[in-house]
Amino acid sequence: MGMTMTEKIFARHAGLENVVPGQLIKCKVDLVLGNDITAPPAIKEFECIGRPVFDKDKIALVPDHFAPNKDIKSAEMAKRMREFAKKHNITNYFEVGRMGIEHVLLPEVGLVAPGELIIGADSHTCTYGAVGAFATGVGSTDMGAAMATGDTWFKVPSSIKVILNGKMPRWVGGKDIILTLIGMIGVDGARYQALEFAGDGVANLTMTDRLTIANMAIEAGAKNGIFPVDDVTLEYISPKVKRSYSPVRADDDAVYDRVITIELDKLTPVVALPHLPENVRPVNEVSETVIDQVVIGSCTNGRIEDLAQAAEIISGRSIHPGIRTIIIPGSQSVYMEAMAKGYIETFIKAGAVVSTPTCGPCLGGYMGILAAGERAVATTNRNFRGRMGHVDSEVYLAGPAVAAASAIMGRIAGPWEVSK
Amino acid sequence: MILEGKVWRYGDNVDTDVIIPARYLNSAEPKELAEHCMEDIDPTFAGKVNAGDIIVAGRNFGCGSSREHAPVAIKASGVPCVIADSFARIFFRNAINIGLPLIELGAAVTEIDNGDNVKIDLSKGLVENITKNKYYKVQPLPGFIQEIANAGGLISYIKGDQV
Repeated sequence: MGMTMTEKIFARHAGLENVVPGQLIKCKVDLVLGNDITAPPAIKEFECIGRPVFDKDKIALVPDHFAPNKDIKSAEMAKRMREFAKKHNITNYFEVGRMGIEHVLLPEVGLVAPGELIIGADSHTCTYGAVGAFATGVGSTDMGAAMATGDTWFKVPSSIKVILNGKMPRWVGGKDIILTLIGMIGVDGARYQALEFAGDGVANLTMTDRLTIANMAIEAGAKNGIFPVDDVTLEYISPKVKRSYSPVRADDDAVYDRVITIELDKLTPVVALPHLPENVRPVNEVSETVIDQVVIGSCTNGRIEDLAQAAEIISGRSIHPGIRTIIIPGSQSVYMEAMAKGYIETFIKAGAVVSTPTCGPCLGGYMGILAAGERAVATTNRNFRGRMGHVDSEVYLAGPAVAAASAIMGRIAGPWEVSK
Repeated sequence: MILEGKVWRYGDNVDTDVIIPARYLNSAEPKELAEHCMEDIDPTFAGKVNAGDIIVAGRNFGCGSSREHAPVAIKASGVPCVIADSFARIFFRNAINIGLPLIELGAAVTEIDNGDNVKIDLSKGLVENITKNKYYKVQPLPGFIQEIANAGGLISYIKGDQV
């Protein structure tokens, strides 16, 4: 019986010839990730075990959630992580000034590669499936244990094959593809399962599209989302990753629990309404919704192409006077590239504010918290009740084109409305 | 282990942001987290929950973030077990790792209402709704996961493994 991409990566890391869905296995990990919120409890658990770190080069620590530190308690947590990194001589600790939002940063600096197995104490760790790796979110205890042992246990998931055909129309991006999929299968539609993307449409997706799609696999309940490795992947990876890596390919006779087909040329820009990412509607149907804030950034849509799309729409126009627009480049290099290309000036001239890289408002941390009754359009990943602030505030999820157009119009808007 | 308690009943897709809102994640202290447990779905919970009470919910309980603070907050509230139709996978894993037992009861959860008294025999996988006089049998956890649970969580399990 053939294996899926996820099954092949698991078999390789478990030292087995084959694995099948449902099997419990112990796998070696290639990278363990944590952030300023999840690493401190992980460090506590790690210290209970009383062993050295399994490999100082295979742990990544990124203060991004409440950093630059938003308050004293956050500063204490960041300090704990910093001291741990120093004590154990962790190679991949990224201080403020060098850090970015973890899932924008790690692929950028070449810490994830095809065929690798990555766990991170952050649910959006599944982002790295975009490069053909197995990557999944775990909790702090799993992170702490893996920092000591270099391995972790998994139940092999069954896989759902998502076939993407054709090419996206103008203004449709990776965010629209993943929101459309979540709208089709629901927030638990892939619970405990792997989402494996396939089809001729994959070749038409940029790495940014793929990173956005894999990032939100968790929003369908999936364990991971994974893309085949093709020329686009290798062009992205080869200048960044100097160590040897070995991509996997799904067997032709691999077994899938379900097959879902999406015709990319039929897609339209969409918005996920409060309070679940599955409440997906075409932009046209909700364009009367008046808003108070726009956030463009996050591990989902904080990359240079996302900012380029927003800048294209905002350029030469003004942010609607009723809207606070917060733009957050996902990393220092995204920030610098956006500056070099004039995007930052475009945003500031239009009346937007540009922040240092941080997860900040996405999870209601800081840097753009909503008051009761306020509404935001955000390129982030979750619109749960109270996610960006007050329990009676609302978040509408969208891609950067819709978010930028909404910032100009003062209501949910399609980019074509601005282009007129 | 036998558990018996009053039910706090919630619906589908109870996410980790409502179990413990991110504004409280600048602390990882279980007691502090418990003070805000379930705050954005039920502001009365933290003040009124009694040790031994049991949370019962619908599908996909614990979806969203990987924050282990969520099962920690529930456990520190004195809730010894959560019953749901189904659980999100990271929450499930985290709960086992920190020693909070979970019972995946399937659609039968719809027969359990807020305020019911339920009795759970974890080792036998039995759930009794005392108020409604109904009994349910659930699949026991796979052996390896039971070993982690019996060790009191992953860290104790690994320490035992090492010896």
